[in-house]
Amino acid sequence: MPFIPHTEDDIRSMLATIGVDAIDDLFDEIDPSLRDVRLDSIPERASEQAVTRLMGERAARDAGGLCFIGAGAYEHHIPAAVWELTTRGEFYSAYTPYQPEASQGTLQVVYEYQTMMTGLTGMDVANASLYDGASALAEAVLMAVRANRRSKSARILMPVSVHPFYRQVAHNICANQGITFETIGYDHATGRIDEAALERWAGEDVTALVIPQPNFFGVLEDVDRLTDWAQDNGALAIGVVNPLSLAVLNEPGRWGAGEGADIVVGEGQPLGAPLASGGPYFGILCCRKKHVRQMPGRVVGRTQDVDGRTGYVLTLQPREQHIRRSKATSNICTNQGLLVTAATIHMSLLGATGLENTAATCIANTRALVARLTAIDGVETVFDGPAFHETVLRLPVDAERALAALAEHGVFGGLSLAEFYDGLDNTVLVCATETKTEADLDTYADALRDVIAAQADAA
Amino acid sequence: MTEKLIFEHSRPGRRALAQAPAEAPAIDDIPAALRRESPVGLPEASEMDVVRHYTRLSQLNFSIDTHFYPLGSCTMKHNPRACNTLASLPGFLNRHPLAPASHGQGMMACLYELQEMLTTVTGMEAVSLTPMAGAQGEFTGVAMIKAYHDARGDSARDEILVPDAAHGTNPATAVMCGCKVVEIPTDADGDVDIAALRDAVSERTAGIMLTNPSTLGVFEQDILEIAEIVHGAGGLLYYDGANLNAILGKVRPGDMGFDVIHMNLHKTFSTPHGGGGPGSGAVGVGKRLRDFMPIPVVGRDGEGDEATYRWLTEKDIPNTIGRLSAFMGNAGVLLRAYVYARLLGRDGMTRVAEFATLNSNYLMTRLREAGFDLAFPERRASHEFIVTLKRQKQQLDVSATDVAKRLLDYGFHAPTIYFPLLVPECFLIEPTESESKETLDAFVDAMVSIWEEARTDAATLKEAPVKLPVRRLDEVAAAKNLDLKHESATAAGA
Repeated sequence: MPFIPHTEDDIRSMLATIGVDAIDDLFDEIDPSLRDVRLDSIPERASEQAVTRLMGERAARDAGGLCFIGAGAYEHHIPAAVWELTTRGEFYSAYTPYQPEASQGTLQVVYEYQTMMTGLTGMDVANASLYDGASALAEAVLMAVRANRRSKSARILMPVSVHPFYRQVAHNICANQGITFETIGYDHATGRIDEAALERWAGEDVTALVIPQPNFFGVLEDVDRLTDWAQDNGALAIGVVNPLSLAVLNEPGRWGAGEGADIVVGEGQPLGAPLASGGPYFGILCCRKKHVRQMPGRVVGRTQDVDGRTGYVLTLQPREQHIRRSKATSNICTNQGLLVTAATIHMSLLGATGLENTAATCIANTRALVARLTAIDGVETVFDGPAFHETVLRLPVDAERALAALAEHGVFGGLSLAEFYDGLDNTVLVCATETKTEADLDTYADALRDVIAAQADAA
Repeated sequence: MTEKLIFEHSRPGRRALAQAPAEAPAIDDIPAALRRESPVGLPEASEMDVVRHYTRLSQLNFSIDTHFYPLGSCTMKHNPRACNTLASLPGFLNRHPLAPASHGQGMMACLYELQEMLTTVTGMEAVSLTPMAGAQGEFTGVAMIKAYHDARGDSARDEILVPDAAHGTNPATAVMCGCKVVEIPTDADGDVDIAALRDAVSERTAGIMLTNPSTLGVFEQDILEIAEIVHGAGGLLYYDGANLNAILGKVRPGDMGFDVIHMNLHKTFSTPHGGGGPGSGAVGVGKRLRDFMPIPVVGRDGEGDEATYRWLTEKDIPNTIGRLSAFMGNAGVLLRAYVYARLLGRDGMTRVAEFATLNSNYLMTRLREAGFDLAFPERRASHEFIVTLKRQKQQLDVSATDVAKRLLDYGFHAPTIYFPLLVPECFLIEPTESESKETLDAFVDAMVSIWEEARTDAATLKEAPVKLPVRRLDEVAAAKNLDLKHESATAAGA
């Protein structure tokens, strides 16, 4: 029997000990009308060999393609040691470290992760992860409403230059708690937050301003001014960051003239998580120390045992659902622990220099890609602000059709933005990470030139 | 045995240079005001330093791979290796979430079939796989219940009924969805107090959240009556799937009358726990809630070899409560669950419940015969059961914590302790189906031996654990003097 070790002798002897004749007798407290279950539509069991062949065929169908899509998930090289170590059974098959003496490995990894993440963001405190970047933003909004006691409005200013899916998730998770999201448009020349639109909220009761860096268009925001604007207007500043970018960009803990952003969230995927069709990734959440008791999720603290030896425990648990129940800071329980383990090992291997080299290579590769693509007649950049490793390009042809044609050339050319933004018809968000070579960039440029020519001919 | 922090292994100038680009190209186009001034405080270490450090850290953990882990309500069963290996094939791992669906037909076929299998085994109408953990599955369920009432113009329904034995996530979730929590007491047999439930339901009732078998380790005997009472009052029933392992393939939540269920695939479908996550909280819905499912869902056009798969979005499910993750939830976890389900097949799923229940009743009987007190001695165990150490506490001043810590010295992970809160000095024990009779017998021997120690040498017992990397840790000091990061690492970037 798959994954069940019982022999016939075991079963007989165990039933005799219990004092029943058959396993089915153990279900005799259940109403008989419920016990007639048919599962005919579920297949019979398959052998490991058969499932291996099936999955091999299916994985092969999904393989290949030169990927220039970013938009919240980024292809990076992951050192071989990262998942070799992460999938060791002692990490992979352990539970949440509720018995700390038997879980020092997991707990110390999280403590190291918290240290690395606070270093990267310049914030005081990091939690042990949330589900992903989008749900982390939702939790940051809920946290800001609790933490900003001077604000009574539960009003969040949400720039449309925040990832469209993040905005949807934040709305869907916060909608039932009386929180209102006011959208702030973007400057059509620079792609940055429209400061005139923001200024209309000056002097109003605003709970928090969300500040993306880089924003969804890849453009870098003037984070110092935005942070100051928020805090001057009694609002908290919530940063939404790509953690890799912080190897070269100013850390949120230093944004503005004051003490920096209040809460910082982000998608942890660029730090060691494979693309994997969208997950599992992990959500980063960091904050200033004064907000720590409003923080959702687990956090690990260093302490001592009765002999004075250093050890690690889950701490501040009275914020959490298993203690505080309906008054908890969040309902989150299971998080993305294994991804945090991978990220910690990833950052240990790369170090500050490796991360910085990676981030700078991404910027340079995207710059080089944009130079090649805009050399094609009719292809132009949409925004003129400085960018991280993504850029919006306008095509002289139908973008959806061009992307479909590129895919037939084996090139995933980016994300069409028309579905998400009025006025961005025929635009594509493109990204080239450190994984792309000069030859890859040429492949994309050659394919796009052909596709545009073919579509122009057809039209 | 302890291990230094990775930062303490760090030496200035030491690099694991093979893993990243060797140089940083100039990025002068980024304005200086937006640039970082001081380097990130990360360790500088060789690959061997890193491999040794994290290998040693792993060895400080208990895990299913190394220890019996009878943690009640957590379903710590064997994690088959094929699940990880096959979900990690390069074609799956390297696919971008926004790559065209034409280049994702392999994984989408797996997800579609997983939806279908989970729909059947739970007796629901449809399944959405996007919720990323049990608590997000709960959120999904209650948000759908709210959306259902709102869509009918029945918006005054804002109360969620929750039994007092429920997981803390249930009341926390209800509040996140803007509802009030009404707690329902438990009767002496461990079932929901039906009279109290009748009094509690009203035109304000949005629904009830139930775990069945409950966290008390017993099957809710009056489930059909509960469904009738709640539905009769206009409310809906939510099934918390934390304990689905107990009934998988034997009894179906849909047949009991539930309108929505979440499944912890990291428990029942063994995907695994990963030291705290990732999980997956897939939700199944009945006909009332089908139109409100979260997106994306995998849809199929055509049959057999002609079948193609696509993402269903707002356009297909216009009343959806929407997207709850940036992309497709924990897709890689879902692939693991798919492999597990295929390896089990329909009979294997039913066997999960049967052998989990056999192991649990066997272990319960053996512990009772060894002199331990059961919280519900008249009841069958489900896949788990409760031992109460109230008598030991009173007679010998030995607590559930003391026994739990001593079990660690004996090489067994402790059961869940002090939960549910209703039972004093509580041990919630879940052996799972993948453990052998010898392991269960050895656990009984350890419990008997510890009881003997409690009688003869309680002082030593209170010192436990003594064989682990650290002894009892000062959690009060940890909360009082918060030390949440290694300071010297972040100070000057060194």
